[in-house]
Parts: sequence; structure tokens; C-alpha cells
Amino acid sequence: MSIEIIDVGKRFGDFVALDNVSVSIPTGQLTALLGPSGGGKSTLLRIIAGLETADTGRIEIEGVDATRLPPQKRNVGFVFQHYAAFKHLTVRRNIAFGLEIRRRPKAEIRERVDELLALVHLTPFADRLPAQLSGGQRQRMALARALAVAPTVLLLDEPFGALDAKVRKELRDWLRRLHDEVHVTTVFVTHDQEEALEVADEIVVINEGRVEQIGSPDDLYDRPANEFVMRFLGPVTQLGGQLVRPHDIRIHTDSPQPGDVLGRVTRITRVGFEIRVEVATGTGEVTTVTLTRDALPTLGLEVGREVALRPVAGAGLTSPADRPALRAAG
Amino acid sequence: MADHDLTQPPKDAAGVATAAPAGFAEPAPPARAARPARTRSGRPGPVAYLLRLVVIGYLFLLIAWPLYLVGQNAFKDGFDSLRDVLSDPDTVHALLLSLQIAAISVAINTVFGVGISLLLVRYDFPGKRVLNALLDVPLSVSPIVVGLALILVYGGRDGWFGPALEDAGLQIIFSTPGMVLATTFVALPLVIREVVPVLEEVGDEQEQAARSLGAGPLATFRRITLPAIKWGVAYGVVLSLARSMGEFGAVKVVSGNVLGATRTATLVVEEKYLNFDKGGAYATAFLLALVAVASVIVVSVFRPKGKR
Amino acid sequence: MTPTTTVQAGRSARVRRPARLGRSASGRQLTRASGLGLGIAMLWFSLLVLIPLAAVAATAAEGGWSTFSRALTNEATAAAIRLTVLTALGVTAVNVVMGTLIAWVLVRDRFPGQRAIEIIIDVPFALPTIVAGLVLLSLYGPGSPLGVNIANTRIAVFLAFLFVTTPFVVRSVQPVLAELDREAEEAAASLGASRFTIFRRIILPSIAPAIAAGATLSFARAVGEYGSLVLLSGNLPLRTEVASVRILSSIENDNPDNAAAVAVILLAISLVVIVLVDVLQRRVVRRG
Repeated sequence: MSIEIIDVGKRFGDFVALDNVSVSIPTGQLTALLGPSGGGKSTLLRIIAGLETADTGRIEIEGVDATRLPPQKRNVGFVFQHYAAFKHLTVRRNIAFGLEIRRRPKAEIRERVDELLALVHLTPFADRLPAQLSGGQRQRMALARALAVAPTVLLLDEPFGALDAKVRKELRDWLRRLHDEVHVTTVFVTHDQEEALEVADEIVVINEGRVEQIGSPDDLYDRPANEFVMRFLGPVTQLGGQLVRPHDIRIHTDSPQPGDVLGRVTRITRVGFEIRVEVATGTGEVTTVTLTRDALPTLGLEVGREVALRPVAGAGLTSPADRPALRAAG
Repeated sequence: MADHDLTQPPKDAAGVATAAPAGFAEPAPPARAARPARTRSGRPGPVAYLLRLVVIGYLFLLIAWPLYLVGQNAFKDGFDSLRDVLSDPDTVHALLLSLQIAAISVAINTVFGVGISLLLVRYDFPGKRVLNALLDVPLSVSPIVVGLALILVYGGRDGWFGPALEDAGLQIIFSTPGMVLATTFVALPLVIREVVPVLEEVGDEQEQAARSLGAGPLATFRRITLPAIKWGVAYGVVLSLARSMGEFGAVKVVSGNVLGATRTATLVVEEKYLNFDKGGAYATAFLLALVAVASVIVVSVFRPKGKR
Repeated sequence: MTPTTTVQAGRSARVRRPARLGRSASGRQLTRASGLGLGIAMLWFSLLVLIPLAAVAATAAEGGWSTFSRALTNEATAAAIRLTVLTALGVTAVNVVMGTLIAWVLVRDRFPGQRAIEIIIDVPFALPTIVAGLVLLSLYGPGSPLGVNIANTRIAVFLAFLFVTTPFVVRSVQPVLAELDREAEEAAASLGASRFTIFRRIILPSIAPAIAAGATLSFARAVGEYGSLVLLSGNLPLRTEVASVRILSSIENDNPDNAAAVAVILLAISLVVIVLVDVLQRRVVRRG
């Protein structure tokens, strides 16, 4: 285990940011801390980096107790949402900063910075100031700066949060590829479940200062430990008193099978490739079902049509908190 | 990752573990909106205490304690000194003269300052940036040089314009108009410096809205612009008043310092001190300091937080 | 795209827009009324400030080089200029250090009584200079409760300059410091930079322009200072007499040419210092 977080607690005044959190973060993986804003995930990341001190508990990095270590001695790379660029230094000198602090020979610094510039595709921009870069370029510079010192772990705090949607997607792909290339243990904070599901090897869901669930993206999406995780990771709807993903519902117009829920289509909306069908069921629920565009004509659905619904086997969460949170499952 | 080879060409993005969940994902909570109040690194360390101590000690020795002693000296004999000063007709005349000059010069600077601020912020014209820079010049000119400059132009004997004005019956130097000019000169930028940032912050959308609703320029100014900038103007006026009441060097040069005629309160302080009337000097100084400190406090207390 | 400055929640986020009119987006063309207003304003500004200052330059130039050389070869005048400039430089150096320190404590520290410090810093701005002299005399003159008497010495000149210039660096650095990107400092810390290195390489380059601006104002103010010295320094020729006092005595002796020459010499020195400060500032920023 690369990072051990043991019973860490942190308060800001009366506000409990972290409530006895324990997580193990495996070496070489890309781990996401996922949760709503204000849930404590950034605080946890900052505690790992030493930018914040825990009130209680311990932090171990690669087997070394880092709880009381200042940020300077932890050898972590930290990337901030708003880039934290050194505005008066060129891209090259931004990236070289950590190496200059470590008093590496000039030639070595130069070589290493050139490598990193190529890695983050900023070679043509080496002599520009951060103000002359786009947001995405600044964030790549910040990443290169953090990687320059060969950190034990790389920590990213909402790294794509300040970027617009398109750049965000590009950088997300790029981070995944970068990680496949340099297998540095990476932890990144995000409130965007899509980002976490797409990029991470493992996801830690944090809410209100507590760990809700730890697992692979598939685990979390398909087998959420509780209602919160289920709702946070993707769309949900209700069917026969159960929470179900809208795409995990079979809809058909044939004669109903035992266990099917009957209803009437009240609305059909098309969003791009996806069709949303709202069905008012006999029990008074409105259930949303999503289909692909191709499936619609085959089924012959239209508003007012009687339909039968049934959840896909294994999908759905019968009652909230019916499973214990899978602590340290990874 | 010490030994990772960074020169390898990037691999393809094949290994992405999961497909993104379909379409209408729950709206992500707004980033950073509800961040809890965070105090970085909690308790101040010993260095912080040391710096605090140095700063407090420095300001105490340089400003606070000496200032306090002026008050103490003024009341060394109870209220006697103050009473003496206020019952001396020449001193009272000087105080009133200071007030009068300050009032005129503040009025001029307020009208000029608000006007020029509006022009600078709302209009484009050639030479705007140069003018903006020149408006700060009076802050860095020695008061003595201000006096000299005014004498060279308005001096009754060999000034550029002085003799002509004197022929027309208007004496400027060694008279109240000259003192008003000197005072106005030194306090000129203060209103502008307060009003310009406020005007920039307010923007001109409201003014445009008012105009589109049929308000004329005057009505727009009186009903929209002025209420928006009134606090900026007010602080400018208070600071100008303090500066005008307290001007010494420039006024000394152009006033001729005639007892009971062109002697202002600040000149009285000098005169009394040099004539060994320390009680009177401290009492008059105390009155002037009171105005100054009150102005600073008024501005500091009423200025909305976050503006300077 | 501008990186957002992160100011700690719970601390007052001083958002200050400096009175610089760089990007005028909303600028309208002058109308007839506003054009007239501008005309009147310019006329007044010229009559009050520009023409009189031009008169000083013109008067000094009229006499040619001889006026300047006569002014500079006068022993007392030369001594006064030297004292003024050297003391102003020294005071500015102290202000650069102490002003930055005070601004730092006001922005980065929280303790009861800070409001009082804010007010105390502004007092020298508003206090009449003659009163400032008297104020200093009451603690550092004859009858000082501290038992020190520096009246009529060069230390008095230094102290008077220091008193009247205290606010400049503080007030120009404070807003810039308040808006600094704290995350850049955290980034530097996690890259291994010590607190001192963070200050020197991250914070100082960011506030250097503001320090330089404050230093320039402080120097200009000190060079022209008069009122606070009248009672404090004794104006002893060759010892504690400053340039302003020399100019004043030239005026009083009905020698405006000489007064103007000294004024222009001071102005020239100020310009040189301003340029030097700017060069120095740029170097600090570049070295980072």
C-alpha cells in the first residue's frame, strides 16, 4: 500500500470535514476521491500533501509515518484546480522549480525539463509566461511541474474543474494515458462521477466527512453500497419501490410476465442518441426508462401506450443501506 | 516514479476501464461553491508572534505613542491651554481662516474631482492616460515647490500672470486666493483617487438603463450616478478636508504669514512653539490632530470592508 | 481564463481595483457637454498645476547652466541636497522592509487590535506636517519620557521622513498581498521550497512592483518634506538643513532662480531614483 490513511479526523470550527476516515491507496494506481462539494475529499487530499494537518489519526506514505512531516519533506506532487502557476516564471522555469530547489546540476535540470515539456506537449511554449497559455496548457504545465521532482505520489485537486467541457474531456483522456505511461501512484479529487468512472482504477466515495464506499468503477456503478452511492454515481429511477438505473429496465409491449410492473407511457424525450421514456405505473410512481434510438421503433412505443417494465436481473437496490460500506475493499 | 522513462511515445488510450454512464447524469454539484470556511495551518507559529510584536512595537514607537503625548501635553495644565488658545482672537481667527480655506478648496476639489473622474472613466479622449498620470503629480511635489510655482505665476511683482491680475484688482499671492490655490493644489488627487475605482466598479449599465428610460444627462447623474458614488465622494471629501486643514509648507510660502490676516492654524503652531508658548502650540496642534485622526477613523470605520 | 485568486474563506477578501485606467472598454466618445466639461477641467488643472510647475522649470532653465552650477557649488545647498537625498534613500530602504512587514502582518495574521493598526498607519497621511514634527518632538525631543533627545540632529531628519512616509509601502503592498494566489505558495512548499525560499522566489517577485511603487512615492515624499522638520531638526545649515528649507530661504531672499534650480535638481534626482527602483524591481521579478 502506497498511502495509508488511518482514522483521520479534521474539523474547521464546528464543521466536521473528516470523521475518522480510513483508506488504503494502492501503489501505482489511479485513485479518485469522489463526492459532493464540501464533503471532505479535498481536505483529505490536502492532509495527504501536508498542506493541512489532521486533528486525529495518522498518514503513512510508502510505509513512512508522514503525519507530522511538513509538505516540503513528503515528496508529493500537488496539482491545484486553479493551476497555482508561478506567474512571473516561464513555463520552463515553472517546471524546473522543484529541481532548482533540490539543487540539481543545471544540465540535468535542462534535460529533465525538456523531457517533461515533450511529455505534456508544451515544448513550443517553453519560454512563455503562464498568462500566455490557455487553461488546459497551464494545467499540463502544473502537472509537469509536479512530476519533475519524481514524487512518490501525485495528488490532483479537481484538476479539470476550472476548464471548459471540451478541454476537460481531452485532458481527462490524456491523464489516463499519461498514468499508463508513468505509473506513479495518483490520487485525484473530483465531484464529477463521469470523470471518476472514466479515469480511475479505484474510486473512494466520500460524503459528509465519511467514506461511503471504496471499489472499482464497475463495483460502484453496478453494486453501490447504499442509496447515496447509487444516486451519486449515475442516474436513478424508481420501479416497484426499488431504486434502479433507467437503462437497467426492460420495457416491452408483449403480454406481461409475472413480476412485471404495468404502466402507461406519459412522455417520450429524445436527447441525442438516447431516448427517455416516462411511464406512470399502477402504484403511482413515474419511472424513467432510457433506450437507445434504435430500440424505439422496434418496440413501437408512443404516449398513452400500455407497457410492462421489469428490472434487469441483479440491478437495483432494494432498500437503502442494505449493504455495509465496503471499507478498504480494494 | 524515479526511473520511469518519459521519452517513450504515448500509448493509445485503450485501457480505459469503464464506459461512461449514459446521458442524463445527475447534475454535478457546483465546484467549490459550498466550501467550508478553512483556516490554513490553524495556530500561528513563533515567527508570526515575533513579526506581530515587531510591527506593533515599531508603529507604537513611531506613531502611536508620540501622538498620544501630544494629547497629554495639550492637557498638561488641564483645560487651561485649550481655553487660552480658544480665547485668543488671533488664534481663533487663524482656525477660522484654516476652516474657510479648507472649505473652499474642498468644494473646488470635489466638483473638479467628480467631474474629471467621470470623464476619465466614462469617456475616451486623446491624452487620457497622460492626464491620469499627471493628476497624481501634486502628491509628489514638495509643498515648498508648490508655493514657489504659484509665486512664479501669480506673484504680484514678476509673476507670469500676477501683475495683470493685480492691475485688475485681484491680489493672489500673500492673500487668501493664493492660500486657497496652494491648498487646492496639494489636495487635488484625493477625491479622484476615491471616486475613480468606485465608478469603475459600478459600471455604466444603470446609467444606460436610465437614459434608455428617457432620463437626461443631469437627471441620470443626480438620480443614478451620484447615489452610486456618494460614499467614494464622501471619503474623498473627508480626506481632502484633513489634508487641507493641515497644509503648512505651501501655505507658508504664499501667505506672507501676517498675524490676524493670512496666518492659518498650522502657522500658529509653528509661531507659538518658536515663541516658547509650548502650551499654546500643543493645544492648537491637538485640535488639528483631532481633525486628522477623526477623519482617518471616519473613513476607516465607514468604508465598506474590502475597499481601500 | 485568468486564474482565480484563492483568498481564504473567513478572511475578508479585499478585492481592490487600482485606479488605473488601462482597459477602457466602456469608453464613449465625448459629447458636446462632456467636451466642454473636459475643457474647463483642463483649463483649471493647467492654471493650478501645469503652468505653475512649468514656470519652475522655465525659471530654472532661463538662468542656464550657471544657475545650476551656482546652486550646486554653494556649500550649504550641496550639503542640504546630499542630506535630503541620502536620508530619503535610507528612509525608503527602511520603509521597504518595515512597510512590507507591516502589510504582511495585516494580511496574513489575525489578532485583536488590527483595526487600530490600520488606523494608526493612516494617521501620517492626514496629520498636518507641522503637527507631525511636534508629535515626534514630544517623544524624541527635550523632555522625552524615553530620555532621548534627538532634536536638531540628523537623526531627527531621518525620523521625520520616516514618520511621514510610513503609509506608502504598506498601502501599496497590502492589496497586492491580499490577492496573491496562496495555492502557488502551497505548490512551492510541496515542491520542497522552504518558507524563506517561498518568500524570496514566489511572494517577493509578485509584490516587488507594489513595493517599488510604494518606495517611489515614499522617496518622492521624503525628498520634498518640509513641515515636519521645522520644529524638529532646527534647520542648521550644513548639518540638518534639507533641500526644501534651502528652497524656502532662496524664495525668502528673493532669489527665485536659485529656488527653481534646486527644485529642478531635486526633481532630476527623483527621476533617476524612480528609474533605478524600477530596474531593481524588474530584476527581482525576473530572477524569481
